[in-house]
Amino acid sequence: MTEARPRIGVLVFPGSNDDGDAALALEAVGAEAVLVWHAERELPRLDAVVLPGGFSYGDYLRCGAIARFSTVLRAVSAFAAEGGPVLGICNGFQILCEAGLLPGVLRPNAGLGFVCRDVAVRVERAAPPFTSRCETGQRLVIPVKHGEGCYYAPAGLLAELEGRGQVVLRYEAEENPNGSLANIAGVVDARGNVMGLMPHPEHAVDPLLGSTDGALVLGSLVDAARDRALAAV
Amino acid sequence: MRVTVLVRPKAGILDPQGDAVRGGLDHLGFRVNEARVGRVIDLDVDASSTGEARAAAEEMCRSLLANPLIESYEIEVHGNGGR
Repeated sequence: MTEARPRIGVLVFPGSNDDGDAALALEAVGAEAVLVWHAERELPRLDAVVLPGGFSYGDYLRCGAIARFSTVLRAVSAFAAEGGPVLGICNGFQILCEAGLLPGVLRPNAGLGFVCRDVAVRVERAAPPFTSRCETGQRLVIPVKHGEGCYYAPAGLLAELEGRGQVVLRYEAEENPNGSLANIAGVVDARGNVMGLMPHPEHAVDPLLGSTDGALVLGSLVDAARDRALAAV
Repeated sequence: MRVTVLVRPKAGILDPQGDAVRGGLDHLGFRVNEARVGRVIDLDVDASSTGEARAAAEEMCRSLLANPLIESYEIEVHGNGGR
């Protein structure tokens, strides 16, 4: 092996179900995946963190509302505050919003149904640490599978997000699967090192799965994690 | 002390669950202009006064029970009756 594998943590909550796929996909694009249980008080040495999809704590009350009080989330907040890259996928996105690490909230799909299919999204922001391997305007095909993925932010907040370029991924207008405001599929925080998205890049890293576009997102994260590991040496 | 928290989707927020309920009622022949679905949370808390119980419930709403971006809440304190 010519390059060291950066260590990327994958959080495991009771009810997570994409933790295994996220770990496999991260390994496939060059990372060493480290599973981290929700009750941990400290993170091991990590170069990036992924919050995977699933139904943490049964999605009771609101999606992500209970998970944000887990002890590991306090450690992740501290990691993010130091500039560490944190990526939330689907339920992970919902958790980051509830935790206040990302703006807005995910609501039940406008069409009421659970949506499980490939969708096309446009890259609105091609930049590290999550989309450096993409081009601005690039069309990615990545599957979604969720019942509560309708992104919402009050008008004032939405204008701020748009003004600061925090919308990273947008569904193609005719493909919006859930009624998300402004077709938003993924956002970053104001600083840019925390991202959430509803599509599942970990399910699109192998031609056998129909698309490898997810590898562009996860690969960008691996690049950023590797840079961070080298900078820490 | 018994406390009831009512959580509602804020006015103007799309409520697909409410729309589905309205559709179901319509199907049964009930004429309803709008239906909104919220959530009731009944709590039993230790508190020495209704004011203390209300303050505790306020804090619970702000930190967990409601998401202020999309939900409003009302708190009813029932005292020690009805146990």
